[in-house]
Amino acid sequence: MKVSELVKELNLKVFSGREGLEREITGGYVSDLLSDVMGNANEGEVWVTLQTHRNVVAIASLKELACVLLVSSLEPEQNTMEHSNEERIPVLGTSLSTFEIAGLLYQKIKN
Amino acid sequence: MIELKFRIEGGDFDRAGTASSETKKVLKQLNIDPKVVKRMVVALYEAEVNVAAHAWRGEVTVSVKDHQILAVVKDEGPGIADIGRAMLEGFSTASPKVREMGFGAGMGLPNMKKNADELKVESTPDVGTTVTMIFDF
Repeated sequence: MKVSELVKELNLKVFSGREGLEREITGGYVSDLLSDVMGNANEGEVWVTLQTHRNVVAIASLKELACVLLVSSLEPEQNTMEHSNEERIPVLGTSLSTFEIAGLLYQKIKN
Repeated sequence: MIELKFRIEGGDFDRAGTASSETKKVLKQLNIDPKVVKRMVVALYEAEVNVAAHAWRGEVTVSVKDHQILAVVKDEGPGIADIGRAMLEGFSTASPKVREMGFGAGMGLPNMKKNADELKVESTPDVGTTVTMIFDF
């Protein structure tokens, strides 16, 4: 599944990094601890988090994650969006909580 | 031999990851095994963040030669009082502000140890810390 398809199916907001919407999704990872993501997430995963600062995109890019998905209507900081555009890593958003979106995401990705 | 150098300022989280990102690009151009590049990126990023989180300033030097990547991250800072404890998963002396950003979970040095083929940490209180990592490819 592509990031663009996930955006449509789960009605996600695209904040930035539109040039990365055709990235392929291989799985998901849910964490707000950056070292946990750095050490344990895998290439192509959707990263669900409540962290909104620029380092989130730096990590997503270094790990070659598919995209970042912010929960609970949180919005990325300005420099997060700028870096997301530079790195072509989409930063997405949802009004749902981490628990709710993780459940939906799991249903979509496991099939 | 290729050598790359980067400076890091203490407290500057916006630029944390620059050395890892630039090094990753160069290693990819050199066609180094992607698995080794991935390990190097994780370990070097953690080392960079440690300088931003704990030290006053630091310098990263990465050299590539003879099937080996050598990364040296040398900082001027408060040093590590007890390296043995710092190596334990979950132990951290990071400030509340740093923890709120999602750093400071006490996983940095353990991540470096897991991902580098060799890790050496030398530290002198109130002078600084030097982290040396070797990656074989």
